[in-house]
Amino acid sequence: MTSRVVLDAPDIDRALKRISHEILEANEGSQDLVLLGIPTRGIALAKRIGAMLSSIDPNFTGQVGSLDITLYRDDLSNQERQIRTTEIPAEGIENKVVVLVDDVLFSGRTVRAALDAITEFGRPRQVKLAVMVDRGHRELPIRPDFVGKNLPTAKAERVSVQLSEVDGVDQVVIGE
Amino acid sequence: MKHLISISDLTKDRAIALLDNAQELSAVNEREVKKVPALRGKTVVNLFFENSTRTRISFELAAKRLSADVINFTASTSSLSKGESLKDTAQTLEALGAHAIVVRHPASGAAHALAHRGWISSSIINAGDGSHEHPTQALLDTLTLRQAFGKTGDLAGLKVLIVGDILHSRVARSNVLLLTMLGASVEVAGPTTLMPAGIEKLGATVSNSFVESLAKKPDAVMMLRVQQERMQGSFFPSPKEYAANWSLSGERYASLSKDTVILHPGPMNRGFEISSEAADDSRSLVLKQVANGVSVRMAVLYATLSGEDN
Repeated sequence: MTSRVVLDAPDIDRALKRISHEILEANEGSQDLVLLGIPTRGIALAKRIGAMLSSIDPNFTGQVGSLDITLYRDDLSNQERQIRTTEIPAEGIENKVVVLVDDVLFSGRTVRAALDAITEFGRPRQVKLAVMVDRGHRELPIRPDFVGKNLPTAKAERVSVQLSEVDGVDQVVIGE
Repeated sequence: MKHLISISDLTKDRAIALLDNAQELSAVNEREVKKVPALRGKTVVNLFFENSTRTRISFELAAKRLSADVINFTASTSSLSKGESLKDTAQTLEALGAHAIVVRHPASGAAHALAHRGWISSSIINAGDGSHEHPTQALLDTLTLRQAFGKTGDLAGLKVLIVGDILHSRVARSNVLLLTMLGASVEVAGPTTLMPAGIEKLGATVSNSFVESLAKKPDAVMMLRVQQERMQGSFFPSPKEYAANWSLSGERYASLSKDTVILHPGPMNRGFEISSEAADDSRSLVLKQVANGVSVRMAVLYATLSGEDN
């Protein structure tokens, strides 16, 4: 099996900084922003973006949470899944601008599940999507608003975003 | 996980994973919208050959909160009272589209028979079979203890005392298996007539004195209901005599340390195995157990219906 590193630590850092600026630009500031990371790596990415937003715009007070989608999947899959914590920031998401954060955008099914899960907690004014890697092959009409890297891939290839919080190293690897 | 018949079907890791899922699911039970779509399109049948309102309601609520359809099948109102066999009943339910059958039966081994005789391919969840096992009760007791003592993984170091009618208690048997698997030390105490032979082989120590067991300062005291419906013959001279020696009341209740928690699987016989003051004490976790029952049963239904064999 061959695998190659397509993004290294400085690349990831630059991409996240750019995404942070883009989020602030699109939202015309940091008001009403809530970041929700999708476990596992989306949470780490959401926290990093949250920290960057605070350093760029001191008004951002760090509304970062997590959203588990296990119970909202459209397949009961062939493996048992561990349910992860959902932590909605105390102020809730009603009328907020929610930015979903995930590591890889592929079929779009995870995001669809996340959109269902969100509605249980309120009605955001807007929901946006930020991903580290968009590798294509969508199965649903879903598109990201903020992308770290567009990575054209073959369907059989595997893309893994590795982050120091979870994997001990910052890199994006593509393999077969 | 295709079935849950006995605690001995579980490994320690699997048991902890189930408890972790139940802990996350308890958050769903605290939300305003207490429903998730995880088991949409699945049908769960509650097949109850014994009266049990609380366990049936708990399973029913658990299935509904996961968006499954629920059918309640009570033996006394069905063709079973016309002589239909367990096999035919189960095959009928499966033909109607049951994905999981939650079964309670007065005969030990009934759930095992449904799961493993090749009659049907639905998932089977044991909700109590005779005096054999009641695994979801043990899981909910364990979850309650984990929360009470702020633990996240196993229960290493915890001292649990189980008191009363051990002989007829499937709750005791499942709890001894699960608690010892998770590293707790378990003592069972009760009159010798209600103590099954060989219970120590499951990993529990045996005591014939409630007072002596309490002197060892257990972290949790689990009082069991005296199951008179299972008793054919005299196991103790009179309810009064039983209460005098084995009820959590009076001096025994007074001797509990302030950190000792009280559990009871319900329904409680106040004044018999437990006094009202103990049942209503702030250290009593009885209602917590009921609430955790729904979360644990959600975790079990989710695990059996999303496993690799389905």
